[in-house]
Amino acid sequence: MTINTELTISFSPTHRLQWEEAQQKDVILYPEGMVELNQSSAEILKHCDGSRTLAQIVTALEEKFSTSGLTNDISSFLEDALKNGWIQQP
Amino acid sequence: MAGSNNLKITPPRWLLAELTYKCPLQCPYCSNPLDYAKHSSEIGTEDWKRVLTQARKMGAVQLGFSGGEPLTRQDLPELVQHARQLGYYSNLITSGYGLTEEKIVQLKEAGLDHIQVSIQASTQELNDHLAGTESYENKKQVAHLVKKHGYPMVLCVVIHRENIHQMTQILEMAEELGADYLELANTQYYGWAHKNRDLLLPTKEQFEEAEAIAQAYKEKVAGKMKIYYVIPDFYEDRPKACMNGWGTTFLTIAPDGVALPCHSARDLPDLDCPSVTDYSIAEIWNESKAFNFFRGNEWMKEPCRSCDEKEKDFGGCRCQAYMLTGDMYNTDPVCSKSPDHHVIEEALDAARVSALSDNEKPLIFRNSKNSKKYSA
Repeated sequence: MTINTELTISFSPTHRLQWEEAQQKDVILYPEGMVELNQSSAEILKHCDGSRTLAQIVTALEEKFSTSGLTNDISSFLEDALKNGWIQQP
Repeated sequence: MAGSNNLKITPPRWLLAELTYKCPLQCPYCSNPLDYAKHSSEIGTEDWKRVLTQARKMGAVQLGFSGGEPLTRQDLPELVQHARQLGYYSNLITSGYGLTEEKIVQLKEAGLDHIQVSIQASTQELNDHLAGTESYENKKQVAHLVKKHGYPMVLCVVIHRENIHQMTQILEMAEELGADYLELANTQYYGWAHKNRDLLLPTKEQFEEAEAIAQAYKEKVAGKMKIYYVIPDFYEDRPKACMNGWGTTFLTIAPDGVALPCHSARDLPDLDCPSVTDYSIAEIWNESKAFNFFRGNEWMKEPCRSCDEKEKDFGGCRCQAYMLTGDMYNTDPVCSKSPDHHVIEEALDAARVSALSDNEKPLIFRNSKNSKKYSA
């Protein structure tokens, strides 16, 4: 399974991404499990809203954080996210 | 009190709400206490809502609605809705028996995240025999409906000697039903399963064959269906890290409102498990005798006390130590370092003898009539 760069990416409807006040962290929740996210992983996943392709997610994040050269980090994280079922493509 | 007062107490993450001990099924490996008939009172809707609110405030996020059969509680949708408003991820752990499409939709609208359906076996005959109730076709139908309405579908099959030979068929059935997750839970020998152990415990050869089949299938369905394999601890060298450590992560509330550090803790002596009708969740979690009893490792005896793996498995399961050695402070006898390890070997031998015998005694089914017998 790899990311198709032509298609948009959305967060999985069978998982939930939410801020946990008690842990001061974003987490992914799924049947009987939880993954704690660091800030950058959470930011990437929040941009997987079904309206952007991989390149558009990279552009949006580079703009947001006034930086460049994020392509490799973001695409390797999203490849893992796809394997874990956290995101999906149409 | 055995626990130390100087420990940093971590907040609960997992709340198991055992709403009721009522259940239409009679599975002979049920983890409910043998004498559940003695504890027939149930706390009310407002009590449960208060418990959910207080535990969520402390940091609990995963919530299991369990039992018994939680669907027998009429206020389930109301509790689900309350849980959703608080931000819980709610899991309904059900036999699926009597779950209609209307109810599935109603619970989804109330905010339920996930439904776990248990199936006893891959054939109708064996499923209905083990459940003590005709339920196989209904369960398969429910599995389809759960999927249809957009829930992640988790199929749970408890594995033991009566169904372990069906491993291939069980895997195929799960795939055919479109399960997103398959939980293959080797029986843990507590409650009713302990009572029926000679009839349920598979042989080592059976375990190894079944595990090899499941592992191979895991690769075949990678990316489609996740397989969780709950290991059979009787065949391990080291005990399980029970409850991720006592009073660190898990909080169980029994139907009558008694708070338990694990769902079998009711059987341990002298814990004086507190009730949510008398104390807040914060008082129970932080201050009660029961939840501090086995926190940390000050309570440990040898060989745990000087063992370099004690931070890894916390000495194993307190309930198993108590049940099998008579002393809840002992090392879990599953550990090969335990001086009582022979009780595990004896259990395996007894089960093997029973499996080879021509006239096995019958299974004792989990129902009120039998439970009353053990409630004396």
